[in-house]
Amino acid sequence: MLDKALMNDRLIFDKKTQSFLAILTAVALLVSLLNTFVPEGHILHCSTFTVTLLGKYLCYALLAVSVDLVWGYLGILSLGHGAFFALGGYAMGMYLMRQIGDRGVYGDPLLPDFMVFLNWKELPWFWHGFDMFWFASLMVILVPGLLAFVFGWMAFRSRVTGVYLSIITQALTYALQQAFFRNEMGFGGNNGLTDFKEIMGFDLQSDATRLGLFLCTALALGLGYMACRYIVCSKLGRVAVAVRDAESRTRFIGYRVDKVKLWIFTFSAILAGIAGALYVPQVGIINPGEFNPINSIEIVIWVAVGGRATLYGAVVGAILINYAKSTFTGWLPDAWLFALGGIFVFVTLYLPKGVTGFLNRKQEQLA
Amino acid sequence: MSAMNFIEQIRQRDRVFDFIQPQASSRLDVSHGNILYLEDISVSFDGFKAINNLNLYIKEGELRCIIGPNGAGKTTMMDIITGKTRPDTGSAWFGSRINLLELDEPEIAEAGIGRKFQKPTVFENHLVVDNLELAMAGNKSVITSLFARLSAAQKERIDEVLETIGLKDNKYRLAGSLSHGQKQWLEIGMLLMQNPKLLLVDEPVAGMTHQEMDRTAELLKSLAGQHSVVVVEHDMDFVRSIANHVTVLHQGSVLAEGTMDQVQSNPKVVEVYLGE
Ligand SMILES: Nc1ncnc2c1ncn2[C@@H]1O[C@H](COP(=O)(O)OP(=O)(O)O)[C@@H](O)[C@H]1O
Ligand SMILES: [Mg+2]
Repeated sequence: MLDKALMNDRLIFDKKTQSFLAILTAVALLVSLLNTFVPEGHILHCSTFTVTLLGKYLCYALLAVSVDLVWGYLGILSLGHGAFFALGGYAMGMYLMRQIGDRGVYGDPLLPDFMVFLNWKELPWFWHGFDMFWFASLMVILVPGLLAFVFGWMAFRSRVTGVYLSIITQALTYALQQAFFRNEMGFGGNNGLTDFKEIMGFDLQSDATRLGLFLCTALALGLGYMACRYIVCSKLGRVAVAVRDAESRTRFIGYRVDKVKLWIFTFSAILAGIAGALYVPQVGIINPGEFNPINSIEIVIWVAVGGRATLYGAVVGAILINYAKSTFTGWLPDAWLFALGGIFVFVTLYLPKGVTGFLNRKQEQLA
Repeated sequence: MSAMNFIEQIRQRDRVFDFIQPQASSRLDVSHGNILYLEDISVSFDGFKAINNLNLYIKEGELRCIIGPNGAGKTTMMDIITGKTRPDTGSAWFGSRINLLELDEPEIAEAGIGRKFQKPTVFENHLVVDNLELAMAGNKSVITSLFARLSAAQKERIDEVLETIGLKDNKYRLAGSLSHGQKQWLEIGMLLMQNPKLLLVDEPVAGMTHQEMDRTAELLKSLAGQHSVVVVEHDMDFVRSIANHVTVLHQGSVLAEGTMDQVQSNPKVVEVYLGE
């Protein structure tokens, strides 16, 4: 019996994954129907505001899944994934800025408003190409991926692990935040990028575009989740867990631990970048605040609350905590960080496997 | 850097390019009879000499026991052979062609040296069968691992090893749930999956019952011949039951070498052990 249960976990489409995909599909369909076909004012109507809010949560869920892949399965406590998320967001933001064209306040056909304001005469070289969606999409993947690769290459090769690694990931996102704050960097400084008009010709304010973005996010989450699931069910996934639990042992049986870490870390950063790119058109702004080190810590808390090394736990944690945050900040805005800290302490002490681990245990006890 | 090496290689007409050369394990040259050469090795930690001018040779197919009081440097010696610790001076060769001091841990493992740790370290969160799968010899690159599927022959090999280490009925158990002795065997099984030429086994019977010890002795003896085995052990009865050749280590260098009887009657050895 135990054998069967354990072997079942190794199937890519195990029970939990099936449930996850079913729920995700159901939510996507239901939200679409309730938003499009139920008239406004009806009690069952799902407002576009809610659609976008849900879309935002799903972006966070994808981000949390990417963190769970490296933290839950590989043991790398990255406190810098917010940076990859933000970089993906900036790449998308640059595309959206270029889409504004001459509809900006200053009406310059080429330069975004903030550049006109700074008296810049030409577009900086790194803004070229971002008028094309395919190019921006490529950058959404390449920029976070490349940064993660270079960072990981240096860190993992010199065997920086544990707290030290966590600290330098914090330093990374902090350094980027400082850099992006500067006007001379050419990313809109303090204000970031905003006032977007359209994406691929679709009006960003329209209900249909909003719903489309939500559905794209649901699709990205589903695909990203399955990609991670494929990795963790493969032999590489078992090597990753081996690295997490006994790193030097893994090295002695012949695995190149640094490369295992490097590739999974890079992949995870790309997922985080994609999440960021989907986030920006839905919230309508990206600024250096997204690099805030606190954000990266929050992501880790989502995963811890939901339950590590399950993937679905990350999704549950991200949605639960962000729902709580939306509710709580409307009510007592200043106390949120204290509440979050409290939740984290509580979960660490009483629910070591997170909310989903707790529910699983309850379910087993009943069965 | 690598371009320089490449040019260097082209200039040496008598040499085969490194990338055409077969894998390290098939480069192993034991035609001189010895599989391991440790010469004049010294290591110090913060000024304390853990290994002091150590010389040790292991013959091919030999089963060698290394004994010595706590802190004699036995584990440190294994750390040096497997690339975990770099010696301050001296040389370490695997066969007469592979310089161990130029390789890192995975390369040494790939070259054909396997190691069982003093503290049993199996992958607790993996099934027994997964532990063996992970240890299996073969391409261990990231991409191959991502798409790896066990072939029928590989599954058979895993079952064979499970049989050898007596864990057949525990194939699908979590390694973390095994008893202490079973973990030790699983670790030996993982060594076998690696199919190394040289096995380094650090204190395999620590914490075992007498029955378990006997099984382990059988297991290790059956391995010698096809493999060279170096066993570090405290338990004298156990050492007597498996080894015909024993090396005594003391304060980081070899104190005596010979058969168990010779060694035990050596006055220097007696002094060290009685003084303990
Ligand atoms: N990494 C290290 N740093 C400092 N001292 C060490 C280290 N490794 C081993 N030693 C010291 O070297 C000596 C030899 O240790 P070890 O090889 O573990 O002995 P044995 O295995 O024979 O009991 C001990 O005194 C130990 O404290
Ligand atoms: Mg020791």
